[in-house]
Amino acid sequence: MNEFLASKSYFGLFLGLFIFWASTKISGKLKSSLANPLLITTVLLIVLLTVLGIDYETFDMGASHLTYFLTPATVALAIPMYKQVSLLKKHMAAIGISILCGVAANAVCILVLCLLFGMDAEIYHSLLPKSVTTAIAIGVSAEIGGVPSLTVASVVITGLFGSSIARLVCRIFRIKNPVAIGLSCGNSAHAIGTTTALLMGEVEGAMSGLAMVIAGILTAVLIPLAAGFM
Amino acid sequence: MQYIYQLLVILGASFAGEVLNGLLPLPIPASVYGLVLLFAALMTGLVKLEKVEKAGSFLIATMSIYFISPSVSLMTVIARYMDSLPAVIATCLVSTVLVMVVTGKVAGLLMRSQEEKKDE
Repeated sequence: MNEFLASKSYFGLFLGLFIFWASTKISGKLKSSLANPLLITTVLLIVLLTVLGIDYETFDMGASHLTYFLTPATVALAIPMYKQVSLLKKHMAAIGISILCGVAANAVCILVLCLLFGMDAEIYHSLLPKSVTTAIAIGVSAEIGGVPSLTVASVVITGLFGSSIARLVCRIFRIKNPVAIGLSCGNSAHAIGTTTALLMGEVEGAMSGLAMVIAGILTAVLIPLAAGFM
Repeated sequence: MQYIYQLLVILGASFAGEVLNGLLPLPIPASVYGLVLLFAALMTGLVKLEKVEKAGSFLIATMSIYFISPSVSLMTVIARYMDSLPAVIATCLVSTVLVMVVTGKVAGLLMRSQEEKKDE
């Protein structure tokens, strides 16, 4: 089957979109913020492809056409940011400081956990840039001696997990301000977290996009310094 | 035709981002350069909001589906890092919650103290 499908460029595209559509239905039925459609889609597709013995490459032949729009979609995040520019200017200091604190907390937390779990330096370097968008994370990982594929995996795990628990964490820790909620999502779970923030509201979405960009740039500049600790 | 023009503006910013990514020796992706460029174009009035809003809203509304393939690519790494996977996942989960709480709490506190200062 794998060989037959390997030459079909609409297979992965159709299957990917179909499972996502089904996942939004499942997610709607479950009525839990933890039932994130992208998380359900990912789990279902990995199980399905593994059971059917279909390679990721065969799936990606078609599905990669969707990924092609990731760059323009990220560029379009400038629109909600522009619409919220007065809010952005008003809270400039709070936004900058909170993002910096988050980026620092991330680095310290990963160092402590890597030491605790006895993981080697290669894994530490692969995990350090995990909270920013994939393209920046891969670049930073390669620069500090991480394994890019492991970095991509940790970026995806972080994004899927972050966007699934964002509502719950904000509720438990009483993060109520829409600006703060958006910054939390974007700073911890980059673009995937931003998709969840956009569903919560325009302010949340705009702030999440902003946090993703600033955290990405801060990470590119500061994380190589944190890499020296192990 | 307005959709085509709008898409053209966004793709133009994406392409300009790619060019910058190729020219500058920084680990910053084309999408981030493109976002900053489009934001600057909107701020300076070079691009009017209504000239990108419709196509942009569509791209943003459908953003999740562009992550399907990168997310499923997890299956290619799972087997290779089986031994360290539990620790890697635990690290990702704990640090994600921590970053979320630290960022949200610090932002909330700073904004509240700013509001209070204004009230005085």
